[in-house]
Amino acid sequence: MKVKFWGTRGSLATPGKDTVKFGGNTSCVQVLGTQGTMIVLDAGTGMREMSRYLPSNLKRVDVLLTHLHMDHIQGLGFFAPFYNRNVEVHLWGPRSTTRDLRGRLMRYLSPPLFPVHLRDLECRLFVHDASSADVQIGEFRVSSRLICHPGSTVGYRLVGPSGSLAYMPDHEPAIGSARLLPDRDWISGSEIAREVDLLIHDSQYTDEEYAARVGWGHSSMKQAMEFARMNEARHLAPFHYDPSHGDDALETMLNENIAAMNPAFPVTPAREGETMVIGS
Amino acid sequence: MAGFARSGIVSFPSFRGGKKCLLLPQVRMPQKDLELILMRQLASCLATPVFLVDPHGNLVYYNEHAEAILGRRFEETGSMPVGMWSTMFTPKDSRGRTIAPDSLPLVIALRKKIPAQKRFWITGLDGVKRQVEATAFPLIGQTKRLVGAVTMIQEVKA
Repeated sequence: MKVKFWGTRGSLATPGKDTVKFGGNTSCVQVLGTQGTMIVLDAGTGMREMSRYLPSNLKRVDVLLTHLHMDHIQGLGFFAPFYNRNVEVHLWGPRSTTRDLRGRLMRYLSPPLFPVHLRDLECRLFVHDASSADVQIGEFRVSSRLICHPGSTVGYRLVGPSGSLAYMPDHEPAIGSARLLPDRDWISGSEIAREVDLLIHDSQYTDEEYAARVGWGHSSMKQAMEFARMNEARHLAPFHYDPSHGDDALETMLNENIAAMNPAFPVTPAREGETMVIGS
Repeated sequence: MAGFARSGIVSFPSFRGGKKCLLLPQVRMPQKDLELILMRQLASCLATPVFLVDPHGNLVYYNEHAEAILGRRFEETGSMPVGMWSTMFTPKDSRGRTIAPDSLPLVIALRKKIPAQKRFWITGLDGVKRQVEATAFPLIGQTKRLVGAVTMIQEVKA
């Protein structure tokens, strides 16, 4: 499977000369299976650029939303398949305790936040609750589980013929502790991440920043590495970078944390526009 | 996907290229529910004795202040089934009669999914008899599923 990063930034789109290398668009990752299944993980501002490169004969696409914070849905309005009556679009995401996913999405896809209503989209739209689900989407078995982040938020696990992927862009498994609990059964997200070929994980903060932002729902890069190690992930892609971290700062964070943690698995920071391949 | 235990497949009414999109049954893997994880994390930060049970009634955690009441550290006892923890502290009412497990607030909260409160006597694993007041409530998760119950216990000082 191919994993292409169209948006790697967290919280707020951060274009400019300081984010050229790792990217400034917010979370959007395209997954292409070996049998042609297309899944899009989150709908941040990277989604607009991705839309420009979708095949003209696209029949179906599944968009998996981890949660509905703006940096994960702002690209929806610019998702070209929404305006193509020949495409079947499936939106997956968590419901809240009081509203289903469609109702929650309508709050963004309606005036005054956006001029087009969800009900007026031209595509054939299907909206699915994915608060805690196991579904088969094309060649992928997709599992979602609630994970630790303010509000209803899920992580996704995709298992296909060529390998497995876990996607947790916004996740705070430590929840205020200096270290993760030693028993991984008590760590948020571990069932999603366990032994995956590629873990794409929140790496928003430095250790010092995390200490000042406990409970905001994010991880330090060091915690991401520790989480990957505990769950025996085979490859880690740090993701969801803080808007205040330019390319130089991210390079420094990466080098310092790799030196400190000495991970036994490769660590490849997600970079906008780059593709990673899982399996042959 | 080691650890998944599928029990069947349910068809879902949407299609892709003639193939059904399959909604698979919920699978259970060892990780605790998020709400239990968050409750344990909160309990570990509280200066109030807190006990946490899973949906089956297994005592899966109690915090440091609960250890003082029970007279034994959680690391020493570990997780305990309901039949064990509900009797090992020999709960008794003010007349010295044994309280059945079903009448304990934590068990009521779990089984009836309602808050419950009771004052009673226990004998800790350190052999000390204490009067306590227990307040329990069920944990209904974000998906509206019962994920466990929690009780806060306060020692009643004469």
